[in-house]
Amino acid sequence: MKRWIPLIIFAVLAGFLYVGLYLNPREVPSPFIGKPAPKFVLPVIGQPGTTFSPEQAKGKVWLLNIWAPWCVSCRAEHSFLMQLAQSGISIYGLNWKDKDREAEALLNQKGSPYIVTVDDLDGRVGIDFGVTGTPETFVIDQSGIIRMKHVGPIDEAVWKKKFEPLLGKLEKST
Amino acid sequence: MIPELGHFALVVALLLALTQGILPLIGAHRGNATLMGVARPAAQGQFVFVLFAFGCLAWSFLNGDFSVENVARNSHSQLPEIFRFTATWGSHEGSLLLWTLILSFWTVAVTVFSRHLPEDMASRVIGVMGLVSVGFLAFMLVTSNPFLRLIPVPPDGSDLNPLLQDMGMVIHPPMLYMGYVGFSVAFAFAIAALLSGKLDVAWARWSRPWTTVAWMFLTMGTALGSWWAYYELGWGGWWFWDPTENASFMPWLAGTALIHSLAVTEKRGAFKSWTVLLAILAFSLSLLGTFLVRSGVLSSVHAFATDPGRGVFILAFLGVVIGGSLALYAWRAPRLMTGGAFSWFSREALLLGNNVLLLAALGSVLLGTLYPLFMDALGLGKISVGPPYFNAVFIPLISPVLFLIGVGPLARWKQASLPDMVSRLKWAFAVALIVAIILPFTAGGMNLMATLGLFLALWILFTILIGFAERLKNAQGSLMQKLSSLPRGYWGMQIAHAGLAVGVIGATVVSNFESERDVRMNVGDHVELAGYRFTFQGVKEVPGPNYVAGRGTIEVEKSGSKFVLHPEKRIYNASGMPMTEAGIDYGVFRDVYVSLGEQLENGAWTVKVYHKPFVDWLWGGAFLLALGGALAASDRRYRIALRKAEKASDKLAAKGATA
Repeated sequence: MKRWIPLIIFAVLAGFLYVGLYLNPREVPSPFIGKPAPKFVLPVIGQPGTTFSPEQAKGKVWLLNIWAPWCVSCRAEHSFLMQLAQSGISIYGLNWKDKDREAEALLNQKGSPYIVTVDDLDGRVGIDFGVTGTPETFVIDQSGIIRMKHVGPIDEAVWKKKFEPLLGKLEKST
Repeated sequence: MIPELGHFALVVALLLALTQGILPLIGAHRGNATLMGVARPAAQGQFVFVLFAFGCLAWSFLNGDFSVENVARNSHSQLPEIFRFTATWGSHEGSLLLWTLILSFWTVAVTVFSRHLPEDMASRVIGVMGLVSVGFLAFMLVTSNPFLRLIPVPPDGSDLNPLLQDMGMVIHPPMLYMGYVGFSVAFAFAIAALLSGKLDVAWARWSRPWTTVAWMFLTMGTALGSWWAYYELGWGGWWFWDPTENASFMPWLAGTALIHSLAVTEKRGAFKSWTVLLAILAFSLSLLGTFLVRSGVLSSVHAFATDPGRGVFILAFLGVVIGGSLALYAWRAPRLMTGGAFSWFSREALLLGNNVLLLAALGSVLLGTLYPLFMDALGLGKISVGPPYFNAVFIPLISPVLFLIGVGPLARWKQASLPDMVSRLKWAFAVALIVAIILPFTAGGMNLMATLGLFLALWILFTILIGFAERLKNAQGSLMQKLSSLPRGYWGMQIAHAGLAVGVIGATVVSNFESERDVRMNVGDHVELAGYRFTFQGVKEVPGPNYVAGRGTIEVEKSGSKFVLHPEKRIYNASGMPMTEAGIDYGVFRDVYVSLGEQLENGAWTVKVYHKPFVDWLWGGAFLLALGGALAASDRRYRIALRKAEKASDKLAAKGATA
């Protein structure tokens, strides 16, 4: 019996490897998917006295883009977000931990892809959304449910592969 | 035309590999000399065709034939010539071709150096290697053909991954593959022994030098990979317990166990079935490593969820090779008679301890590498296993191995005396321990991890000296004569063990006493670290052949002596990928290492500066390990065996001619 042990161990291992072939090690599911977006009320940047909360966007499919002026990859995706905004995609920004208060000047200078961008100075709302770094983008549907989370900058390839199919489906369901 | 010729050559090579894998095995089974005679010419012919195919691919790369998909994806017109050549094995398809080329190279080496082997043994070994080659050639032709054309032809390629545009990466894969694939020889010897049921001292003597040479290449390949990660990735680490690294480290551990177990089989005729199992294991782990790295099961940009064809093919191949050989082992191993008995304290017992601990360490690395996959496959969630796990498990398992290195070579075979051993080694133990406790105080205070590492390293070095002293005590002549009278096998062992001690010193000192700072620097700013004063003199744009580099100038000063380092941040034209080139001042006792982080406003940059004491001892140690392997493999007794056999076969041939 003893001499069969190596073969048995290998058979178990091979079974796991077979299953592993059909899994994607890169995809980390967010526990927020399929759940309502966390509630918040935050001041809107550039419009003193105004606040925004997710309820105001109910009824349409929208993107919540977590970004920061100090984040280099966010600058990389900025121009693509501008294109998206021009093509009619609703993007809301969450300016995360902007301690140097640079967001307003930056948006005025480079243009803003956001309908509004809110100010999450202490990062609390970001934590509610489980943000690990910037940029991250959430897709939120008509009834305020998070449908997808993308970590890292968005470019054309990512948009075509991950966002477009999902948005198509969500728009149809209305 | 040339790519088509290469493709055709691969088909011919596959047919030859089938011939080589089938006929000689049947011949050896039936005792048919004609069928056995096919083995050598088929193997040599296969090598010629695989080499030709490799040449065709290299030609396509060198001439920038972007109508070949593989070239279009992994080369570019601006790519410097040397990297255009090395891009041949920069892709999945190309590296498989290199794997196959090296496999057939090893097989040809076996055909040349096996004339002293009994004909049936040689035929079986070559036949088994032919079957392995069939798997790889079929895999290439069915799922990963490097010669596929691309229509329409793109005007230019998408460039070789910038990480691979580096001399270290040029030599690393061939070295690593020489090691991986070299274990196929030991594997083929093991399968031949199982098939024939003959496993004697002569068998161990034949397979030992092959195993040692493969292990030597694997050592160098792994060390080169680690060095590359150190200077190229720009964060100063030298080992990350990344799945790709583990993929080469696991066969290395199995190979190390195999070398030691083979020593017992050769000298004492013991551990036979264990040795066979280790030979199967070492090669299986090489294949598994290839699978893990190539299939994307663990971490890769492309998971096979979209195209699992390749993964399924390799897995099926693994199933046939590993599953088949383990089944053969289970069936035939009871036939291998076990050799002489030994007491609980003897060199055999100590080597068994070494083997068990090495395999436990190997098991812990395998578990850590595959654990995320297990969890994911069972639906228990996504996790990742990082250095804290590996360090916590690996260090306690490998420390006793290092301790045993001090005892094993001094113990007698069969029956050693513990009190005698204690009296021979007590001073080495005491001095090593005291020095290891005191030394960390010179660098800041008590440090138990540093003491452990230094103690083990000093212990190994002292016991090596004791070993030499005892060996030379009764020899005649001057010291030089005495030293040169020692066999190369002995020198090889001691140098390799000393290499391990040197490596342990490097790892211990650099992990416990390195320092680093990550700072924002304006032009003219300076920062102090470990007595060095770094002055940032700005970054200038410098064009490279196929990239634009931001080339930094950092002046480093310590007690009056000055030198300048030039770390770079490169942006490659074709892919737009950024790469870091660290600026390093190498030294025997420390490296000074700087790398550029990100560009900030007004010419300021984030800069990382590191002081890495003794870090180069790691690779120095690896070099000594490999040198030890080379010496051991070239020991006189293997060469004498070869010469004797040649003479005998010449005589036999002469007899045959007169008869």
